[in-house]
Amino acid sequence: MSETEDKEKEIEEYTDTLRKFAAKTGYTLNPDEAFLRMIVVGLLENKKRFRYASCPCRIADGKLELDRDIICPCVYRDPDLEEYGRCLCGLYVNEDYISGKKGGEPIPDRRKINKMSR
Amino acid sequence: MRNVKAYTLSTCPYCKAFKAFMKSQEIPVDCIDVDLLIGEERKSVMDDVDKICPGCGYPIIIIDDDVIIGYNERKLREALRL
Repeated sequence: MSETEDKEKEIEEYTDTLRKFAAKTGYTLNPDEAFLRMIVVGLLENKKRFRYASCPCRIADGKLELDRDIICPCVYRDPDLEEYGRCLCGLYVNEDYISGKKGGEPIPDRRKINKMSR
Repeated sequence: MRNVKAYTLSTCPYCKAFKAFMKSQEIPVDCIDVDLLIGEERKSVMDDVDKICPGCGYPIIIIDDDVIIGYNERKLREALRL
């Protein structure tokens, strides 16, 4: 199997794992397949770099104890889904996002805001 | 041509979409992948980013004096007068 085929297989398998996890826990993944793929690639890149799949839209420190809150699914997912219809990276979405009611605009990073208010 | 600079993350899908759009339009952009920086350089750039837009996600796009947060093709086209 070539390196490209290996990579594709890895992306497919991880996407499948995420889909199963989402279905089991009552969440919905982004229905835009091309976009979903970009998120999965980012998660896999972080998994290789840090040994854990930190959010591809945030800067990880590289130390597990400092990055626990941004390991996917991050602790900010649920409040972001509630307020914006999607999580920061857009992996998880809800009906409001899918129907176009919410989530079209960039959303602020709760982690940064939390740190600023400390 | 307007001067375009962007703070991006190498893993971020919105940043990737932004880079792909700029490439498709053949517009040069000075992209800094903040997550690939290390040590003092990263800290210094992150401080700059926080001054431009505290609490904002990536990409942060600067077109001359205009700042666009996130990837939004309509806003980009307007700012770039495309």
